[in-house]
Amino acid sequence: MFIQQLMNGLVLGSTYALIALGYTMVYGIIELINFAHGEIYMFGAFAGLILVTVLKVPFFLAFFLAMALASLLGITVEYLAYRPLRRSTRLAALISAIGASIFLQNLALWRMGAQPYTFPSPFEPKVYQTAFFTISRVEIIILLFSFLLMIGLSLFIQKTKIGKAMRATAQDKDTASLMGININKIITITFAIGSALGAAAGVMVGIYFRTVTPSMGLMPGLKGFVAAVLGGIGNIPGAMMGGILLGITEVMGAAYISSQYRDAVAFALLIMVLLLKPTGLLGRPTQEKV
Amino acid sequence: MLRIENLSAGYGSIRALHQISLTVSEGEIVCLIGSNGVGKTTTLKTISGLLRPDEGGIYFDNRDISRTPPHKIVEMGISHVPEGRNVFPRLTVRENLELGAYARKDKAQIKKDFAQVMETFPQLAVREKQSAGTLSGGEQQMLAIGRALMSRPRLLLLDEPSMGLAPLFVLGIFEIITEINRQGTTILLVEQNAQLALRTAHRGYVMETGRIILDDSAAALLQNERVRKAYLGE
Repeated sequence: MFIQQLMNGLVLGSTYALIALGYTMVYGIIELINFAHGEIYMFGAFAGLILVTVLKVPFFLAFFLAMALASLLGITVEYLAYRPLRRSTRLAALISAIGASIFLQNLALWRMGAQPYTFPSPFEPKVYQTAFFTISRVEIIILLFSFLLMIGLSLFIQKTKIGKAMRATAQDKDTASLMGININKIITITFAIGSALGAAAGVMVGIYFRTVTPSMGLMPGLKGFVAAVLGGIGNIPGAMMGGILLGITEVMGAAYISSQYRDAVAFALLIMVLLLKPTGLLGRPTQEKV
Repeated sequence: MLRIENLSAGYGSIRALHQISLTVSEGEIVCLIGSNGVGKTTTLKTISGLLRPDEGGIYFDNRDISRTPPHKIVEMGISHVPEGRNVFPRLTVRENLELGAYARKDKAQIKKDFAQVMETFPQLAVREKQSAGTLSGGEQQMLAIGRALMSRPRLLLLDEPSMGLAPLFVLGIFEIITEINRQGTTILLVEQNAQLALRTAHRGYVMETGRIILDDSAAALLQNERVRKAYLGE
């Protein structure tokens, strides 16, 4: 029972981790909580759904196309809603982010309607039985893809020239630009990657819970944000850890306390961690620069 | 090589530079001296593009660069070592140096330059894989200068290289500055330690409250009554 719940939590948590990465990467670079990120996730799920059902694109291709389309949406949101406010107060950008979130949600409501859509199962449902737990084919795919994406992201950030430029930009934008790094380009790339990961989570949750709605980004968006703060906002391994931890805690809370309290358990975890370590699990103390 | 004409700049409504003009010729070390807060750092920031001037022109090889973004200015051959060193603390020494060469594509030459920097600053070679934040102040200054050299600048802007360093380190850094210049890099040096700056430079400008009040050869400035009183403590 316990190991079974642990597996369920891992599956849910890996989707939270993917969403949290988008928040944390954007925050790391421009210190903005991108509240439209939950809607990017929702858009990814719809893009995947439409590609599979209307355009009859094979599932795996649709998965990557949805990620690419969400990247474009993320870049557009940054360009239209955040870039013009780069030099104004942080509050202005935050309000613009909330506005972008409401706008995208209503756009989806207007085009798609409020009724839930059913995501067709892309493969024959199959459940594997092991000594300690059962796991479905969909769950294996979610785990596999999430971890591959996270490993890929880590390698990209650590090893490539652009990854180094992203880390440098997160540490000190002015000095990074003195190295010849085009800061605007790095911000665009950050939004593209973060949005693609969010959309990947959206499609995977779509095939997991089989429903897609315009408001589906709200709660997972919030949970992804919680996971990012839990791990230490701006910290990439922290977001991965925070997501997994949140998923496991939530599933455990639902299993051993009450499934009605699953969200309460998630937020209680956040409050507890922040009380003990205000910068999050892997966050470092911030110093105000003069 | 570099010509600044009637440049004014500032932060918001506060004007920090009032119509300053200066020139730096190929091969020179030119220093800009003055007390704290007179606009020396602002001048360098405006040249490297971190700050947009309100008016006036900055010409590099006779091209106006006053509206050019910083990353393009690096590509043109100007490298700026900012005040307070500003190495990337959570990147390794090697990664910091690699980022110095970000705008370049000639991989083989970058490798050679990397080896050259390691030879100039042997302390950095020992700490290659350490994160830059763990280095001492003097080592960070070396790293910041080495990183700037990795872009193969024709003009190097140095902001207070002596700041916060032990006297022995300061002398070492200034020897290296002279050596970099001897190998063909033009240098514009901002420094509060007027004595040291004027002994290193060929020419100097003296700034007071956002204006240039004196310019002459370094030797002449060292003899100048006003400079001796105000900046050399005599």
